[in-house]
Amino acid sequence: MNFHGFEIVWSQRDLMLNGLLLTLEIVAISSVLAAILGFAVFGMLVQGGPAIVRPVKAAIDVIRAVPFMLLCYLLYYGLPSTGVTLDNMTAGITALAIYNAAYVAELLRGAWKAQPPEADEAARAFGFHGWRLLVRIIMPPVLLDAVPMLGNQMIQVIKDSAFLVIITVQELTYAANEIQATYYVPFASFVCAILFYWILCLGVEGGVRGLLRVAEVRR
Amino acid sequence: MTAVDYLALLAGAANTIAISAIAIVLGSPLGLMLALVRWAKVPGLDGFVAVLVSLLRATPSVTLMLLVYFALPVLGIELPRVVAAVATLALGSMAYNCEIWRGALLAFPKDQLEAAKAFGMRRHLRFRQIVLPQLLRSALPALVNEMTLLVKVSPAIAVIGVADVTRAAVRIGAATYEPVPPFTIALIIYLAIIGALVLAQRLFENRQLAGNAI
Repeated sequence: MNFHGFEIVWSQRDLMLNGLLLTLEIVAISSVLAAILGFAVFGMLVQGGPAIVRPVKAAIDVIRAVPFMLLCYLLYYGLPSTGVTLDNMTAGITALAIYNAAYVAELLRGAWKAQPPEADEAARAFGFHGWRLLVRIIMPPVLLDAVPMLGNQMIQVIKDSAFLVIITVQELTYAANEIQATYYVPFASFVCAILFYWILCLGVEGGVRGLLRVAEVRR
Repeated sequence: MTAVDYLALLAGAANTIAISAIAIVLGSPLGLMLALVRWAKVPGLDGFVAVLVSLLRATPSVTLMLLVYFALPVLGIELPRVVAAVATLALGSMAYNCEIWRGALLAFPKDQLEAAKAFGMRRHLRFRQIVLPQLLRSALPALVNEMTLLVKVSPAIAVIGVADVTRAAVRIGAATYEPVPPFTIALIIYLAIIGALVLAQRLFENRQLAGNAI
């Protein structure tokens, strides 16, 4: 094995780093959007009557049974048929946000179902309802319990973001593929990209552990 | 869409199912082997497997697919794209399955092993007769869940040109300038495949519950 390929990748480090930065940007924006959307949908599941809960649950189940890449294609190539045209970045981030929001809503619901019902009942007896009940009473323990799963979901966002290469978003995998195609160094360029993904995921895992430690101290 | 297009989507579905199934059949036992290496704390190998699994679990399937497909020929290994597709999916699945099997192994009650040892059962007999049957049961829900995940990342094989459902839909959409109908059918096909897996898992669990009640 020689390191010639890695030298070429090093000479193209600007391209690779730009890809990494775009991946970071995509992951950050779509994670925040997915969290907001997921929390909103979770609120609907908690507060809504059966007329709301049933269709929302069905929508979550459908999204969770569909490959991300298909949703990506649908938004990018399918939406123009309805008169809405998104550029590839917007389509990709929207797809990531919608797709992962379904998972966020579902994992919050799971954490909520696992809570003992007393706090909720006591709060209702004290007259809490609606928004205040959700934010002050229901959310804090649910959020705390869901932190590890939310971290896993963020890792999923990082991994799904590589799919955006198919709609030519110039993220990390795209950059690696560019270098690979120009200089024919597939091993070095993709190995570098994979190492970057690994570092990102380890960073998220470390962040989750740190957060849990802080939570444990404050509890 | 013409009849030929519908047939192309169905053929794509057959490819998706076959390739996913082979990757699952390869990935599960490989994952079990890795989990056993970690469970037995084989010196040297233990740490290597832990790093490998962590790395593979963080690798996007598209990126791994491109690496396997483009880099192996450079190293002198020419693979047909279907083989590259199966190998990549199996690798990813192996890493996830390793963690599932390992979790089940760590949760395995120690007293049963000690009892078997006290009866003079040898190591491999202990594993085959005592551990494995219970392991299969406790790991099954997570394994089926991993299968649905594998089907959901399987469109990554379309990136290297394997004619799966997603690739068929993209091709038809590009040829007819109407991408919505083929994508909708592709969506229904994936819903059916994953729905079937989830249903099979529920049936199996219900049968287990009924069996335990007797």
